[in-house]
Amino acid sequence: MKLELSGITKTFGSLVADDHVDLTVEPGEIHALLGENGAGKTTLMNVLFGLMHPDSGDIALDGEVVHFPDPGAAVRHGIGMVHQHFMLVPVFTVAENVVLGFEPTRHFGLLDRRRARADIHRISQEFGLEVDPDALVEDLPVGVQQRVEILKALSRDAQLLILDEPTSVLTPNETEALFAIMRSLVVSGRSILFITHKLKEVLAVADRITVMRAGAVIGTTTSQATTESELASMMVGRSVELVVHKEPARPGEVVLAVEDLTVEDARGLTVVDHVSFEVRGGEILALAGVQGNGQTEIEEALCGLIEVAAGRITLLGRDITRATPKARLRAGIAHVPEDRIRDGLVTSMTIADNLILDVFDVAPHARLGARNLREVACSGKERMSDFDIRAGSVDVLVSTLSGGNQQKVIVARELSRQTTLLVAAQPTRGLDVGSIEYVHRRIVEVRDRGAAVVIISSELDEVLALGDRIAVIYRGAIMDVVGPSVGRERIGLLMAGVTGDGAASSQTGVETGQ
Amino acid sequence: MTAVAILGGKPAVASEARIVSAGRRRGMGIFLVLASVLMLLTFGLGVSAGAETTFRLTSPFSTAWYLAPLHFPVRETSVVMAVVCAALGLLLIVRRRTRGTFVIFSLGVVLFLWSFLAWAARNNLLDLAGMIGATLISAIPIIFGSMSGVMCERSGVINVAIEGQFLMGAFIAEIIASASGDLWLGLACGALAGGLLGGLLAFLSLRYSADQIIVGIVINAFALGLTNYLTDTLLVPYQNTLNSGPTFSPIAIPLLDKIPIIGPDVFDQNIFVYLAIVLLVVLTTGLFRTRWGLRLRAVGEHPEAAETVGIHVLTVRYRNVIWGGVIAGIGGAAFTIGSTGEFSSDMTAGLGFVALAAMIFGRWRPYGGLLAALLFGFANSLQATLSVLNVPINPNILVMAPYLITIAVVSGLVGRVRPPANDGKPYRPQ
Ligand SMILES: Nc1ncnc2c1ncn2[C@@H]1O[C@H](COP(=O)(O)OP(=O)(O)OP(=O)(O)O)[C@@H](O)[C@H]1O
Ligand SMILES: [Mg+2]
Repeated sequence: MKLELSGITKTFGSLVADDHVDLTVEPGEIHALLGENGAGKTTLMNVLFGLMHPDSGDIALDGEVVHFPDPGAAVRHGIGMVHQHFMLVPVFTVAENVVLGFEPTRHFGLLDRRRARADIHRISQEFGLEVDPDALVEDLPVGVQQRVEILKALSRDAQLLILDEPTSVLTPNETEALFAIMRSLVVSGRSILFITHKLKEVLAVADRITVMRAGAVIGTTTSQATTESELASMMVGRSVELVVHKEPARPGEVVLAVEDLTVEDARGLTVVDHVSFEVRGGEILALAGVQGNGQTEIEEALCGLIEVAAGRITLLGRDITRATPKARLRAGIAHVPEDRIRDGLVTSMTIADNLILDVFDVAPHARLGARNLREVACSGKERMSDFDIRAGSVDVLVSTLSGGNQQKVIVARELSRQTTLLVAAQPTRGLDVGSIEYVHRRIVEVRDRGAAVVIISSELDEVLALGDRIAVIYRGAIMDVVGPSVGRERIGLLMAGVTGDGAASSQTGVETGQ
Repeated sequence: MTAVAILGGKPAVASEARIVSAGRRRGMGIFLVLASVLMLLTFGLGVSAGAETTFRLTSPFSTAWYLAPLHFPVRETSVVMAVVCAALGLLLIVRRRTRGTFVIFSLGVVLFLWSFLAWAARNNLLDLAGMIGATLISAIPIIFGSMSGVMCERSGVINVAIEGQFLMGAFIAEIIASASGDLWLGLACGALAGGLLGGLLAFLSLRYSADQIIVGIVINAFALGLTNYLTDTLLVPYQNTLNSGPTFSPIAIPLLDKIPIIGPDVFDQNIFVYLAIVLLVVLTTGLFRTRWGLRLRAVGEHPEAAETVGIHVLTVRYRNVIWGGVIAGIGGAAFTIGSTGEFSSDMTAGLGFVALAAMIFGRWRPYGGLLAALLFGFANSLQATLSVLNVPINPNILVMAPYLITIAVVSGLVGRVRPPANDGKPYRPQ
């Protein structure tokens, strides 16, 4: 299907999110849309999908101008969209989520569950997207939820598929699999609009690339004709260092010690299996692994968000295994959670308030039990400019921020405090290259100030760029701890549960400190 | 392990069972053990040795097949039941499995009630069949109310106005049925009145995103004021023409009404009981097995997600809140044309709020609401029975019983209930 957007403008009050955007997607084309956080990509896609109405401009499909009063109309015209933030009902099963809005029914509107399940099986077989149709979505790790979203769009036989940052939570293998699906989809004449911040991906999969900045199209190019650094500077308007420069770590004393940590899930199954490791001040330990192998639970155990079945966690020699999250916070643990909307932000509050959620009740943000709003606004402004959070003012609700800017709010809050231990899960999820560069630099700074840092990431680039040591986790146990020099290949294999030599396979939870 | 389960593609279905935490289980066990001590000391050993109780299983004039009354010695029975109850409590304390917790607990509570009733009616006669009938009768409006609540809240709108819808439904149904002599017309108009108030709630809270609870309370005050005013100006002067209408008479269902004990109580009743049963079935099936229900629940859980698949969130909410009002209006009609055939001011006496509590206790599920409503109905009939039996408990405390049970049940037993995620939150499309 051929898509032509011409002169699309969308404003929110005084903010111009999209400014006369023209964009053409040819049939059978994978078209990448790049741009900084807040450039207006998601807004443009929401307009195209009928979720928002443009102030002006036209949408034409195969040469015919169309108007979408609501997303249902867009879907009927053959448009499918995978949203940047999951549009899944957590308490529904995978099957219920996939069929919602387009349910197969028998007489009297009774749901035809068998057919729904069979359809899902068929599509997941066809595209290699393995999911269990009867699993509750809330029980699934984000990576699998993402798969459900893609499945949902595919099940409606979309001719034009919009993918808004579908790969930000996928592992390299999953991403490869998705690309294979995308390629097979366009062969049959479908078109794909693909939004991502990962330049490697763009070059690997896209036919043409359009770059946006501040609501306007900067230019369109092809993946043959460009390079990563050229794209990066087109996006950000300056040249960007794609790799962090950091000095070798100078590890000090042990800050975090985890001994025999065991965590069980609600059903009593072991998800973290006797894991032990140590992190010293001034070093970064990267926990690498495919989503759903227990790293989320380790993260939550470190921050006191779940109950520990057995084991000990000590911070600077003090046992904090059963300490409350607040006590840990006061002890200097900073935490960037994996799911930013659920655990990191109160989206119905302002940027300023979200920036001080952890310290709202202590000086200088509060005095004698009353909040000091001037100070809150003042420090809010400072952090907004430090971390380049793009929004009208500090009083803007976080819910209206672009995804990347929401992430920056969390990172800004957590990195601004005096920390002894930083636990960051997917800290740069959804950030543009410029912001990744900045956040990585700040994380290295935290390390260099002597804090221990645990990075949890399924992003190999990030793991390799930040980790002084890399612990690879698989099925709740640490397979091995390696240096960043061992290379992507070996880490990828470890993540899949393959140990290089037979001897290592019997070791779980090994500590190979430096 | 989760990881393995997911990688292996095995289902990760969360059962409802996991809602009962170990602590709560232990708490229930301790409760039963304490109850058994009371049973043993007061209802058992505290009773003189020869005392007997009679539980009547078939009321006089009843159409059911006759079952002879149960005679039994209070003391021995209570002691045995106390031992069993204590054993059940201990079982709950030591058990590690969650499954069946509620069944064991309920069994213990039944034993406790049985021995309590035996004690209360010692050397006397207790009409068990009559009690069951009274339970159902007082539960009927609550059942309709809780179903109305389920309809609204599953779509994300809190219906605090059930009380007002009850009152309006009761009033309109009565006045129309009296004036026209047509019961069905009265019922329809009562339902319509409830629906109109539902529409008002929907309009104010959806169109203007007003706080749903405040709108609900205002509607209640409005309904109370209006019916009071109209009672004084219309019903009192024209008592004979406007406020002494016909009532629905019982319809016996052949054979079923012969079932011992519950037969006449359930199957020789007026249209409201049958309507409630039909509604229960339709709503349960509708909510969980049809397209309609899936969409409705999606709107209450995650309206943005519903919107992205082309569901019109506000339309769904409007529709449900109005239908919820209709159901509550029918429940209101049960107070008048389903019962005495006379309206009196504020006759619903807060039962609309009890219905709301029943819905919460019933975990936003139709059959849960029904069971909870029956529990409240039982508390009510228990109170009536006890006052007849001259039990030495202050009558005011007895009248409080249904409400005390509401509080105990909502705070202690329900555990972690999870309302629809967007219940009560306004939704604004882009
Ligand atoms: N509903 C809304 N109300 C007000 N402002 C909004 C709303 N939605 C988006 N915006 C603003 O519009 C701008 C563009 O946002 P958009 O989500 O399109 O960015 P994006 O390019 O998708 O960024 P990212 O890569 O971070 O996802 C941002 O400044 C954002 O704050
Ligand atoms: Mg976006």
